[in-house]
Amino acid sequence: MDQETPHRADFSRMGWFLKVWGCLLILTAGEVYLAYEQLELHLMLVLLMGISLIKAGLIIAYFMHLRYERRSLFLTLVPALVFVLAMMVAFLPDSLRLQSMGLH
Amino acid sequence: MSEQDLPIQDSDWSGGELPYAVPSKKLGMWLFLISDSITFGAMLVAYVFLRVGSPSWPRPFQFVPSIVNATVMTFVLLSSSVTMVAAVEAAKNGRVAAAVRWLGATMLGGIIFDILHIREWLGLIHEGVRLFSNPWGTPIFGASFFGLTGLHMTHVTVGVIYLAFVAIGFGRGKYNADDVEVSGLYWHFVDLVWMFIFPLVYLISTRGH
Repeated sequence: MDQETPHRADFSRMGWFLKVWGCLLILTAGEVYLAYEQLELHLMLVLLMGISLIKAGLIIAYFMHLRYERRSLFLTLVPALVFVLAMMVAFLPDSLRLQSMGLH
Repeated sequence: MSEQDLPIQDSDWSGGELPYAVPSKKLGMWLFLISDSITFGAMLVAYVFLRVGSPSWPRPFQFVPSIVNATVMTFVLLSSSVTMVAAVEAAKNGRVAAAVRWLGATMLGGIIFDILHIREWLGLIHEGVRLFSNPWGTPIFGASFFGLTGLHMTHVTVGVIYLAFVAIGFGRGKYNADDVEVSGLYWHFVDLVWMFIFPLVYLISTRGH
């Protein structure tokens, strides 16, 4: 994130975007493979979410080129969003409690 | 202004004219996308909560056709993001015809995605899935599945219409390259949301694990 030349100079680099696209496809293939491994449901959730967060990061950083914007834009938008989403995710462990009640 | 004031004035937070150095419509789109992320976040968390916490959650997604279909949809959407990037690139370099063609390719990707998705919906409806009932288990499956994927499909459809307006407007010189870039932000966001729906809806409910 160069403060002097915000982003215009970094545009003509399709090669980079194609590399990111390749990474996203490989990660997607990895997710489909994982879905057919015999794993615990919550371990599967954690692994799939981890990979998806990496994919989301790649899309935001390169395709949405937030990486090439000023850092102030990133700091205004992303940390608050992450906090709000984390507050929502705080409810999820309760679903494991319901699962452990043996209703299945 | 004295010399000592300059570092503060140069800071991003000094209240200058353009603290983010982006056009205001781009900032507006970013703010919309952040709020939209919270909408989708709430729906995804609700879906996962129901999925994990409900007894006998239906798993209608067989490898063929459902998982293959959803994987192809993922591929189409990711590829349409690349054509979108190419459209922005062409627009920034003043190649109007190329930008319009790439926008058309992106719209085509969105339309293919919608067709594949609707075909899958019709298959599930044919198997007996309704909003509040299905042949296999927890009745809420239908409402949560159609609600979440339907909201996303609406975003894709709206995105195709939005890109059509931008393509026509840019072709006629009514819109500039910034407008193309801002529409690209929206399109990539729709792609991004699918990167969470695909594993959370399809991959953790494959039949047979």
